[in-house]
Amino acid sequence: MKYTIKKDPHEDERVQKIIEISGQNIFSCYQCGRCSSGCPMAEFMDVLPNQVFMFLQEGDVDTLLNAKTPWICAACFTCTVRCPVGLDLAAVMEAIRELQLRKNYDYVDPYKVEDREELPPIAMVSNFRKFTP
Amino acid sequence: MRKKVMFYPGCTLKGVAKNLEDSTVESARVLGYDFIELPGWTCCGAVYGLAQDSVKFTIANVRNLIKAQNYGKEIGDNRLIAVCSMCYNNLRRAHIDVMKNKDKLKTLDLFMDEEANYEGNINVLHYLQFLKNDVGFENIKTMVKKPLKGLKVAPYYGCLLLRPEEISIDDREDPHILEDLLRLLGAEVVDYPLKNECCGSYHTVDKKEIVGERTYKLVSVAREMGADVIATSCPLCFFNLDKRQEIAKKKHSEFEHMPIVYFTQLMAIAFGLTSQDVLHFDKHYISPEEVLKKWL
Repeated sequence: MKYTIKKDPHEDERVQKIIEISGQNIFSCYQCGRCSSGCPMAEFMDVLPNQVFMFLQEGDVDTLLNAKTPWICAACFTCTVRCPVGLDLAAVMEAIRELQLRKNYDYVDPYKVEDREELPPIAMVSNFRKFTP
Repeated sequence: MRKKVMFYPGCTLKGVAKNLEDSTVESARVLGYDFIELPGWTCCGAVYGLAQDSVKFTIANVRNLIKAQNYGKEIGDNRLIAVCSMCYNNLRRAHIDVMKNKDKLKTLDLFMDEEANYEGNINVLHYLQFLKNDVGFENIKTMVKKPLKGLKVAPYYGCLLLRPEEISIDDREDPHILEDLLRLLGAEVVDYPLKNECCGSYHTVDKKEIVGERTYKLVSVAREMGADVIATSCPLCFFNLDKRQEIAKKKHSEFEHMPIVYFTQLMAIAFGLTSQDVLHFDKHYISPEEVLKKWL
């Protein structure tokens, strides 16, 4: 995959925001790939979980903001409990979503949801909590 | 005289998962416990907030814990039982979170100025933990009237009973608490390697195809391992694995449907509670009646 080193992530405000919101030290990832190998959603992602950390460490937040991955993660915590350095990957994915959601961005429009009648309340509550501001 | 214990049903059990609520309350009654609905409970929020700089996802849960604290003093019991995996996960995480981060609890206490402060003594338990540690599996065995002999069950935990680690009800990679219970009920438990894999969760709202694919995989593997039914405890896993078989079948013509049940329904059947007022098979997309008819 092609990528360019954008700028020093320590000076990138958005990387710092992701660190602040998630509470995770993204620099401790050493690309072992255990997160991606066990991820049940990996086959639907365009950027693998370990690659998310690669982009963050390179200061390339734009790629992540345009990626499907943070919106495909189902917060199942399989990677979180297996990460050898104890990174909470689900929290980092949430932080990337939050960067957008906190600008009043709706990833899902509740009015356009099909078969609202039959969906269990927890499905809608959890979906809207993750995908709307 | 049955012992009173606080029960947190959660919103889904009041509607589409009525089968889970009634089979839980009725099976507990057989075991000598009256599950009293927590007075004034509110929604748990379904998913726990992961942003470190926000407390908004914790408020509702701490409110529920405070309500349990007040009512618990009245009945002299600090246990709060949840059976929905999402409710259990949220309440337990909130409890651990505010106990670890006293600053967060202080912020919440200041925000909720009408309520009493949370003292941190509520013991949030999942029904399975309660059955194993408080009721005792050996006591459950004596209540089995119709052993589920010959029924092959795939135990499915999903995510929220096992992860994150701090709230896990059993070993997170190789749990066996559900298997142990199912065996006590007389069922044959098949080895199910995907028992702790995600079903796709809330993607069922806006990305149904992904959940359809997950369901295809989870149900096909259960079938390959020889299961007749999949037993779960989460109403969202239940909905996904049950209803989304429709999408799985559309995409994969060789796919064979399999009924999904709650473990509490199997327990109720083994206890001889076979009334539809308890089991509510009308809440299933794929009816388990045919598979379970021997015991009904």
